Formats: sequence, C-alpha cells, structure tokens
Amino acid sequence: MRISRRNYKIYGWIFISAALILYVLFTVYPFMESFRLSFLTFTDGRYKFVGLDNYRRMFSDALFINAIKNTFIFLVIQVPIMLVLALILASILNQKKLFFKTFFRTSIFVPTVTSLVAYSVLFKMMFSYDGIINKVLISLNILSGPYQWLNSGFWAKVIIIVALTWRWTGYNMIFYLSFLQNIPNETYEAAKIDGANAFQTFWKITIPQLKPVILLTTIMSTNGTLQLFDEVMNITQGGPSNATLTMSQYIYNQAFVYAPNFGYASTLSYVIVAMMVVLALIQFKVVGDD
Amino acid sequence: MNKKSLNISGLSNYFMYIFLVVAVFVSLFPFIWMIISSTNSSVEITKGTFRFGTELIDNWLKLNKDDGALIAFWNSAKITLITTLAAILVCSLAGYGFEKYSSKALNIVYSLFLLSMMIPFAAQMVPLFKMMNTFGLLNNHWAVILPNIAMPFLIFFFRQNFKAFPNELIEAARIDGASEFLIFFKIVMPSMKSTFAAGAIYAFLKQWNNYIWPLIILQTNQQKTLTLFISSLSSAYYVDYGPLMLSVVFSTIPVLIIFITMQKQFVEGIVGTSK
Repeated sequence: MRISRRNYKIYGWIFISAALILYVLFTVYPFMESFRLSFLTFTDGRYKFVGLDNYRRMFSDALFINAIKNTFIFLVIQVPIMLVLALILASILNQKKLFFKTFFRTSIFVPTVTSLVAYSVLFKMMFSYDGIINKVLISLNILSGPYQWLNSGFWAKVIIIVALTWRWTGYNMIFYLSFLQNIPNETYEAAKIDGANAFQTFWKITIPQLKPVILLTTIMSTNGTLQLFDEVMNITQGGPSNATLTMSQYIYNQAFVYAPNFGYASTLSYVIVAMMVVLALIQFKVVGDD
Repeated sequence: MNKKSLNISGLSNYFMYIFLVVAVFVSLFPFIWMIISSTNSSVEITKGTFRFGTELIDNWLKLNKDDGALIAFWNSAKITLITTLAAILVCSLAGYGFEKYSSKALNIVYSLFLLSMMIPFAAQMVPLFKMMNTFGLLNNHWAVILPNIAMPFLIFFFRQNFKAFPNELIEAARIDGASEFLIFFKIVMPSMKSTFAAGAIYAFLKQWNNYIWPLIILQTNQQKTLTLFISSLSSAYYVDYGPLMLSVVFSTIPVLIIFITMQKQFVEGIVGTSK
C-alpha cells in the first residue's frame, strides 16, 4: 500500500470538507447569529444590546400569541388526522389480496408531486367565492348560495387543514408502506391462525412494528407545522383578520414586511427552536415509555 | 358460525373498497379540475364548467405575456439543476467520508449535521439575508443556490446507502494503487446509479418547491422563480383563473414526468431508503 492505514483518516475530512464549509457558513453561522441578534435592537442606525427586552416584548405581543395559538390548532388537529389516515390507508394497501393496488397507491400518493405554492393556489381557487366547491355544494342542495369560505376565520382554518391533509397524507403513507413491507407475512398468518381479527392485528402487530416510523413522521410533521408558511401565505395570507396567521409568517412579516425588525424577528424564531426541542423530547419520551 | 364470519369479512371488504375509492376521488379531483380548468376561460371556470375547453392556447398566451412564464420557468430550472448537481456531489462525498473513514471526531460532526435538520429556517433567514446583502448577492440566483447545497438529509441518505457498498472492493482497489478519489468516482459512483438518482430527485424537489427564501431574496420579475411567479399571479388584484390554473399545471409537469419515469427512485428519495 502506498500510504499507511493511519493516513486514511485525513481523507474523511477531505471528503466532508465541502459540505462542512457550506454548512458552517450557511446554517451554523446564521443560526448562532440569530441568537445574538435576539438580544439586540436597531436604533439610531446601529444595533444596541437590550438584554431580554425582546423576549419581554414577546409575552405582551397579542399578534404573536395569536400566531402561536393558530399554529398549535393546526398542529393538534391536522397532524393526528393526517397520520391516522395515512396509517389506515397504508395498512389497507399492504394487504396481499387487493384489486387495483398499484392504482390506489399511486393515486393517493400523487398529490405529493405538486409544489406547495401550486397546490395552495389550487385550493384557494377551489374554495373561492365562484369556485368549484361552492358550485358542487349548491348543485347538491347543501348550500343555497355561494359562501365566502375564506372570509370566515373558522372555515379558513378548516380549509388550510383540508389542504394540508390532501397534500401530505400520501407522503406519510409511503413511509408507513415501506416499513410495513418489512413485516414478514408469516407474522400476519400466525395472527390469523390464532384467531385475531383485523382490528386486533392492526393494534397488536402493525402499530408496535411501526413505532420508529410513527415517531419519525410525527417529528417531521410537527416540525413542518411549526414552520408552516407556504400554504397560509398563498391561501389566506394569514387572514381573515389574522385567523390563520402562523408563527413563521409573523416572523417573516416582522423581518421583511413591516418596518424591518431583525432583532425581534430573531427572538421569535428562537421560540420555534425551543418548541421543536421540547416537542421532540416529549415525542421521544412517549414512544420510549411503552 | 363460519358463514357469519365470512359475511363480516365480506362486508368489511366492501367498506374498505368504498374507503379507497373515496380517498382516490379526493386525491385526484383537484388534479382533474386543475387540468380541465387550464383549458377553459375564466368565465367558463367560474360558471363551474367541468369539461375540456378550447382556451388552452389563449391561456398560455396570456400567461406568457412578455415571456413571463418562460423566464420564471427558466430561472427555476437553472437554479434547481445547479443546486441538484452540486448537492448530490457535495453530499455524496460527505456521506462517503462519514461512512468509509468513520472516526470519533467525524461521528460527532455527523451527529451535528443530523441535529441541524431540526433548525427552523426562520432562525436562519435574517442573518442569511444580511450575509447575502454583504456579499452583494441580493436578487441573485446564487443566493438561492448556495445555502441549499449541503443538505443534511441528503448526507444521511448517502451515508445509509454507502453502508451497503462492500469495503473489500475499496481495499482491493487500494491494493491496485487507485487513489481515494478515483475509487469514489470510478468505482463507487457508477455502481450506485439508483442511489444517486434518488438523491437527485430529493434535491430537485426541495429546490423546485422552494418558496420562502426566493421570496426574500429575489425581487425583480426577471429573477423570479416559478413558485414566486404563480404566487404573485394568484395574489394579484385581478386574478385570471384560466392562465393561473395553467401556471399550476405548468409547474407540476416536470415533477410529474420525473415521478412517472422514475417512480422507484422518486419514492426512495422521499423516504430516504434505497434497497
């Protein structure tokens, strides 16, 4: 051999160097700089250290508290609905004897090909005053006239939830399906012989086996929801009267739409960081415990 | 007894298919409506027309006024392709480095990469914006490309897949005198085409769909990406439904083509396994 074994170690660093440099420059540094900025405020043309002032301001910021509330409504309602739906669909589609299996699977997965902005625009149009949903509901005699869905705080939230569920259920289903395929069919055969019905099989075999991937999808969906931006921005723009304003959108507004307030926006962004860490720890704990 | 249980399973089968058909209908209806609407005029769409019309070319001409749609498409394509190529190169090298030269120090760095997947973009965007401003990269495509090359998930994805590459082959090549980079580019890379395709699809989707960062960085119509173009069309004071629907179709077609031609890698790129 040309080089001694020990020298190979250096190649590890060479191979990762490009990724490491880009990552430190464009992820680590901004993340840490955000933390520093969160204690600063921009006055008289320069940044001034204000200690915890930004954090104090946050607690009396009704709009941000409202944004937290909205985000958590999406989180608590949408994520469980979507993941349960995805789980049920995956376990149905994992059955050996099923007609048109590929067709079902592909159709349910296909919303994943739309970009977030594209499907948001699509849903905004479908639920607009002269949109197809009003037309269908009127022709089915459910509504007597067109309804302004996006002008109601309640329905605007519902539509965001429906849209998110439409786009992401198939995506999560694919995660479950790829794990389900690793459960040997004999396990199910054995359960059948022991007299387990479909429901028992689902609870006693499918769910425990899927635990790691359920944790993974829960954490991913939680992170996605805490950062929800594209959909609200393009369906409701946070309206009506801030009923769908999310944390990310409010931070974006603070930094780039209102009179730019980089320090305060950074403070708010660290609230999302803290929430993600806490929720991830809780989720790990819940799964780890039983 | 036996007959009864048979009936129950027959019944639940029946419900299962109804459930699936409803799910498929809900999944496909917006798609079909979107495609149909892209061929109709705004008047027809607001009337609730649900059949193909003859306005496709008209819609395209309105959408592409001043070449707006083509410029946005070209910008998206350029940004996405450069990002994808750079990302799979940089991340596959890193994944290979972490897997095949693993050491204590490297593993710590690797864990930091994985943890960083949790960092919300909101906690990066302000300093990133200031940085791009300092570099003079505002309204420049490189500002969108550069921060999206080192993707932690992609590094994880490549590392997982390189585990399956036999170390004996690497050793053998070393004995034959091949350099480490030659081994990577001439032996590892060509034998893992499927993994690279799946990784490329992941990077492609991520950048093609990117919205918040281009929204912050790109300001003029000449620089805007397709997602920004669609977004500004739909939030305009007067919204022309036909062209808008066509723009949604237009942005979906490239992804749909990739999905249809490379379904296996598409799914692998999303789930992060390739076996």
